[in-house]
Amino acid sequence: MASKPVALKILDIITILLLLVATGLVFFFAPLERVMGLVQKVFYFHVAAGWVGMLGFLVAAMVGGIYLARGERKWDIVGLASVEIGMAFAFINVVTGSIWARPIWNTWWTWDPRLTTATIMLLIYAAYLMLRSGIEDPDRRARFGAVYAIVGFISVPLTFFSARLFRTIHPVVIGTNQPGAEGAFDMTADMRLVFFFSLFTFSVIFVDLLWHRIRLGQLQDQVEQLKLKFNV
Amino acid sequence: MEKPPIIQVKRLVKRFGLKTVLHGLDFEVQPGEFVALLGPNGAGKTTFLRILASLSRPAMGEVRIVNYRLPQQAAAVRRILGVVSHLPLLYGDLTAEENLHFYGRIYGIPRLERRVQEVLELVGLTARRRDLVRTFSRGMQQRLAIGRAVLHDPEVMLFDEPHTGLDQDACQMLDNVLREVAARGRTVVMTSHDLARAADLASRFDVLSRGRIVASAARSEMTSDQLLGFYRQALQGS
Amino acid sequence: METQKIEKPAPMIETVLSIESPPARAGFLRALGAIIWKDLAAELRSRELLSAMLVFALLVILIFNFALELDAQTRYNVAAGVLWVTFAFAGTLGLNRSMAMEKDRGCLDGLLLAPVDRSAIYFGKMFGNLIFMLLVEVIVLPVYSLLYNVNLFQPGLIVVTLLGSMGYVAVGTLLASMAVQTRTRDILLPILLFPVMIPLFIAAVKASGGFLQGIPMDEIWPWLNLLLVYDVVFIAVAFMVFDYIVEE
Repeated sequence: MASKPVALKILDIITILLLLVATGLVFFFAPLERVMGLVQKVFYFHVAAGWVGMLGFLVAAMVGGIYLARGERKWDIVGLASVEIGMAFAFINVVTGSIWARPIWNTWWTWDPRLTTATIMLLIYAAYLMLRSGIEDPDRRARFGAVYAIVGFISVPLTFFSARLFRTIHPVVIGTNQPGAEGAFDMTADMRLVFFFSLFTFSVIFVDLLWHRIRLGQLQDQVEQLKLKFNV
Repeated sequence: MEKPPIIQVKRLVKRFGLKTVLHGLDFEVQPGEFVALLGPNGAGKTTFLRILASLSRPAMGEVRIVNYRLPQQAAAVRRILGVVSHLPLLYGDLTAEENLHFYGRIYGIPRLERRVQEVLELVGLTARRRDLVRTFSRGMQQRLAIGRAVLHDPEVMLFDEPHTGLDQDACQMLDNVLREVAARGRTVVMTSHDLARAADLASRFDVLSRGRIVASAARSEMTSDQLLGFYRQALQGS
Repeated sequence: METQKIEKPAPMIETVLSIESPPARAGFLRALGAIIWKDLAAELRSRELLSAMLVFALLVILIFNFALELDAQTRYNVAAGVLWVTFAFAGTLGLNRSMAMEKDRGCLDGLLLAPVDRSAIYFGKMFGNLIFMLLVEVIVLPVYSLLYNVNLFQPGLIVVTLLGSMGYVAVGTLLASMAVQTRTRDILLPILLFPVMIPLFIAAVKASGGFLQGIPMDEIWPWLNLLLVYDVVFIAVAFMVFDYIVEE
């Protein structure tokens, strides 16, 4: 435990290489979008970050369920780790979205369903962290965290659906496009390649960060254990 | 000693997060015994009692009460258990009578009306039965808490520091009720850090320290004066 | 004097303790009814919760009046929003109080010590909270009608209010039982509750607004469906996870 496992070191290097390649592809390989120009390039990492955010929250809800069923402490560490990483990426997602929206929609912020849902999602997980910090007993903290991760995650699609029933102006690039969505475009084959490569890269980043964060959680536990051993 | 024990605990381990509170605790109680669990603050007395009361799950080990296993058969155990904690577990905005009625309905007690009046009389609160619990003194609340605990006529009673916060008179009254309960052949486990009180009531003394039972002695084996020596020695040895 | 009282009933104990053991299983419905009855009886006595919720609700409406300058036209458009914000705010007061009452003298442990299904505790508290919520709404709606001359007596609106309140207390009861067990219990509930509650709010406001503005039913149905889905999903989830909130 003391030193970093070799597999993790290798994964670190792969992650960095992938990110470099993805960045290169975005700027030098993917064709320039005709109407939007350079700012469209934010799209690749914007969607990828959103995907990782969702992935983090999904993992947190799933391991929450596992924790409640088994009561093993390690699942709580995984849950907290995925929420923290999910929040970081969801935040990147909202910020990059804003950067893109400024020239295209002519505003930093709009009450578009996805934007709204993403922000509410951030608030849910901010509440998750506040809930945890208000509980002393580690078992209760883990149980309540697991329950809230599940309840929060289930509310996300409902929030999205309800916000969508309000009319949308967000472009739907994947799947069917709604008429009237501003800033919509069709992906060329090259764009699609870069897009899926970004998704893959960010997924690997997620795994790598999650691994690091879990390790950090375990180290924290060890420190705690040593403290108990020598102080009490 | 041939009788099977009514409470049987083997190698019980309880952890809070990373901190181990009970380290493989062994404990047995015969039917009709009145066991005082003694020990300093933080020894794990309340934690242990909460596990016996089915309010907390053990991490490892075996807990049996009248042959029912905890936590698997918690529902069966709850029916034969009466618990008094240092909080009264009563509703301040209900009267004494209403509190007992409420718990009686939850437990599904037959002929509840009569039963409630009997219990009120047992704990000496008949005159105050229509008064709100919030207006009761600590001592009266504690007596009503005992009334709540004996309402369903449990075989085993658990008391967690019942004397905390009571004045001399209230303690005396509480002791009387405790003796009455014990005199009817009920099994009692009571935690206490008040040796003198425990000495008056219990038939057996177990000392809990650092998550284990470190010593055990029967009432008949010593006088009240010897108890203090026994207690000190038990703690030093642990 | 009181000591004598205790000593006297000594012979009584024979009969007291000779009552045979209670029936094998305390019924779910009986426990449910007992918990609801207990909440109502306590509230009827103190009237603390209802009066606080009510006064607070009226204050919120009053503040909205000045904040939004509710003239004849705006009244119809924003009535639904004003009402639901009012219910949501007043509701958190009730939820916090209702669960704090279980925590203060350790009553939650008292309930857990009883041989009853934990879901009976959840549904008992939930229905109690629902009753308080509906009582507040029953008073606030006519008052609002009166103050702003808006007709709120429409069957559709009543259905929406019912569905909305149901979902609100379903999630609210669950999260309030968590909040009262934390160090920051007084401030935590709205923070936990509101972000999860947003789809319910949107649907309730839209559906109520739809009824008030006389929008055709086929435009209101999606919102009613959403309310229904929310209620069903979250009652089911709360039912499944409540054990983990109250048991250690």
